[in-house]
Order: sequence, then C-alpha cells, then structure tokens
Amino acid sequence: MIRVVLPQHLRTLARVDGEVALAVDAPVTQGAILDALETRYPVLCGTIRHHDTRQRRPMLRFFACRRDLSAESPEAPVPDSVASGEEPFFIVGAIAGG
Amino acid sequence: MASIRILVGTKKGAFILGADGNREKWSVTGPHFAGWEIYHLKGSPADPDRIYASQSSAWFGQVIQRSSDGGLTWEQPGSLPAAPGSDAGDASAPAKSESNKFVYDTSLETGRPLTTHQWYDGTQHPWAFARVWHLEPSLADPEVVYAGVEDAALFRSVDGGSSWQELAGLRGHESGPRWQPGAGGMCLHTILIDPVSPARIFVAISAAGAFRTEDGGENWHPINRGLKSQYIPDPTADVGHCVHRIAMHPSRPNTLFMQKHWDVMRSDDSGATWYEVSGDLPSDFGFPIDVHAHEPNTVYVVPLKSDSERYPPDGKLRVYRSRSGGHDWEPLTRGLPQQDCYVNVLRDAMAVDTLDPCGIYFGTTGGQVYASADGGDHWASIVRDLPSVLSVEVQTLR
Repeated sequence: MIRVVLPQHLRTLARVDGEVALAVDAPVTQGAILDALETRYPVLCGTIRHHDTRQRRPMLRFFACRRDLSAESPEAPVPDSVASGEEPFFIVGAIAGG
Repeated sequence: MASIRILVGTKKGAFILGADGNREKWSVTGPHFAGWEIYHLKGSPADPDRIYASQSSAWFGQVIQRSSDGGLTWEQPGSLPAAPGSDAGDASAPAKSESNKFVYDTSLETGRPLTTHQWYDGTQHPWAFARVWHLEPSLADPEVVYAGVEDAALFRSVDGGSSWQELAGLRGHESGPRWQPGAGGMCLHTILIDPVSPARIFVAISAAGAFRTEDGGENWHPINRGLKSQYIPDPTADVGHCVHRIAMHPSRPNTLFMQKHWDVMRSDDSGATWYEVSGDLPSDFGFPIDVHAHEPNTVYVVPLKSDSERYPPDGKLRVYRSRSGGHDWEPLTRGLPQQDCYVNVLRDAMAVDTLDPCGIYFGTTGGQVYASADGGDHWASIVRDLPSVLSVEVQTLR
C-alpha cells in the first residue's frame, strides 16, 4: 500500500485522520498516486492539481525520502521505498501567508 | 415567531449567527471550514435550509460546499467520501467530483474561445479561473444556483452545485478584451435575478461594468450609459467602469441602485440609463449598497474616505440612509463607533431581513458584525472579533 500524508486542510476536506493508504498498481508514479487519491476522495479533485491540465497547484509540493519530488515528471516512478510503503509520500502546503 | 439566520463569510471561515424575531440575543456557530477564505454563502429563497458556500484557498483552490439543514452539516455536492476500506479503482468508488470544476466553456456548440482581457498594465491577458466571489441561488428552484467568478464569468449549476456550466455569452461579449481587473481582481460579484421575469438577470463586474440578459444568460448587453469614471481613458465608455455593487427591491425590479467605485447611481429603466444620486454624502466612494425590505425608495450605503484611503471619513463609522431614493442622505450613527474607526465594509457585506421593522446588517474588515433592528436608527454589534468579514447574507425564517 502506498502511504500518503496530506496537509491538514485536505485531511479535513477528505474527512480522514492520519495517513491515507492506497493500492496502486506498478509502476507507481506520482500521477498514479494522485489518480488513486482522487478516485478514493473525489473532493480532492482540483485541490492538488488542476482539473484539466493535471498540473500541480503552485503552492503545493511533493516530498518523499527527504527529497523534493515536485519537479519530477508525473510519469516518473517514485522511489522504491515509497512504492513499497516503507516511506510515505508527502503532499505539503507552502509555508506562506499571514 | 420568525427567526433570523445570518451567514457570515470571513477570511478564515464561515460563521452563522442566529436570533429570534426580537433580534436581541444572538447565537454564534463556527468557524465552519476553519482557515479557508469564505467569500460568500447564500441560502435558497425556495428552500431556506439549502445553503451554498464558496470556500477557497490560495493553496488548494476552489471548493463548493452545500448544506441541506440550514448550516448544521455540510457536504461537497456530488462528492461523498469513499466508503472506509474502499480501494482506488474500486468500482464502488464515487465518480470524480465536478463540483469544484469551473472551466470556461470553449466548446464549439455552446462556448466562446478563451480570449483575452485587459491586464493591469494594459496588455492582453488570458482568462484564468481564480475563485467564486458570489453564489446566487435561483428564486424558485433550490437545485439551481449561479456563481460569479474571477476572472469574470457567470456559471450555472442545475444539479445543486454538483457540476457547473459557464454561460459563455457574457465572457464572450465583444467588449471582453476591454474588461480589466480592479484592485481585488477581475471579479463578477453581483448577480440579481428579476423576480418578475427570472430570465432577466443583472450582473456587475469590476472593472467592466454592469450587464443584463433577457434570455436567461444566452445574450448580454452592457448597461452602463450614464456612468462617468475619470480613471478610464473615455470616462463615458460603454464598458470599463468599476461597479462595486448593485441592489434592487423585489417589488421594483426596473429600479436599480449602484455603488460605483466613486458615485452612487440610480436607474429607473432596468439599467438602460443611470443618473447620480450621491447628493450630500460625505464621500461617494464605498462598496455595499442595499435597499430596505419594505420601502423601495430607502437605500443604505457606507461611505469610505477615498479609494486610496479605504476607511470611514474622520474615523467615524456611519451608515447613510436615503428615504428618497438618493440625493438626500442622513447619517446613522447610534451604536456605531464615532472615533478611531478605520475598518472597511466590503461589497457583499451588507444585507437586510424582511421583518417589520426591517433589520439591517453589515460586517467589517475588523471582524465586527453590526445589526440594526429598526431600519438603521440604532445599531449594536453581534460579534466584534471575527476574522475580516467578506460577506453577510441574512435569511428571515418563518
């Protein structure tokens, strides 16, 4: 299972506590994780990436294994430790605003 | 006995204020959607328990919320949470949500090309959705609701907010490339449905002006004749005016009152022509304007010192009332701070109830919500320390 950590506001919106566990077929990519997340929690459609272009919203970042994966291709495989469920995939809101 | 429900949108969530018909003791619930900007909430005239809310965030974009029990519980229309334990790809998983999807209609059949509008520097800029500023439920059908958005366009949902379709004839009007953003963005912020002829709808856009449709949104016409705006190259142009708010009394839908960037205006011919009624106001810059529930010629505004100093003149928070449809205005001050007050009252932050005597309500950027249960003669704060208030709507429940 893929482990996904959502920012607080999206956890509230999706009505979940803690991490989200998702089954994603190999190869596990960012795009596949987000597809699975939005299928499970339709309310998250449009909150992480644009409805049509599928581009990441500018004030969100993707972290895993102490790396910033935000600029990676959505089709690129995520690190093995994320694909195996050893490490979570973090969706992080930028620290900004008053 | 009738009761009052006030829907307050703020920079950090929504609040619901309630009182019986005496309007003396108030309950406060919230924050709903804590931490999100709630630009607007509004209840359906056909079903007061049906409330729509615009929830948005610079991080996560637009969310539409809907309540069917008067704001006790909320849901995202058409987007119920997955059943616990269901997996991605599970055939039982709910369909993808469209309730947050505001996409300009560029289809050949119903849409218009995604053209450009004027940007702050005078160059052309592509239309881009930012947020919903205003939600206007249908007068007759709780499932039908209109949304005014930034960048300026009008959307309609006929399934209770589950999906949205642009009424593209407005954005596609030939004047579109001359529309430009105001300081807060290029927003469609006012939607007025004519109660006598519901296919007639008035909208206002900052900074394009006012528009009217007679056919439910297919075709639109600018209705800005008589407006004069010194901040645009042609002060009497057909579009380009920064209209802040329009108000109508339901018994006189051909009479409109407008708070423009500067100037308070009136039209008696459904917007075909306008004339100024600023009269003896201390300043005719401001945002909200509203009409007394039982006196179609009694109008309320909240003057601000100027567009560069957006606070009350002399630090005195004063609502001005005209009982003559404009020109002659009286300050209403009892119970409002008359010194050291430097708040703003935004365009959607004033509303009236339909009790007798009529109640008037407004919220400030300082977080106060003020109420008058006697048409404006006396005021008291219901709450004083909310986040900055973006909108106030009132439901009279009978």
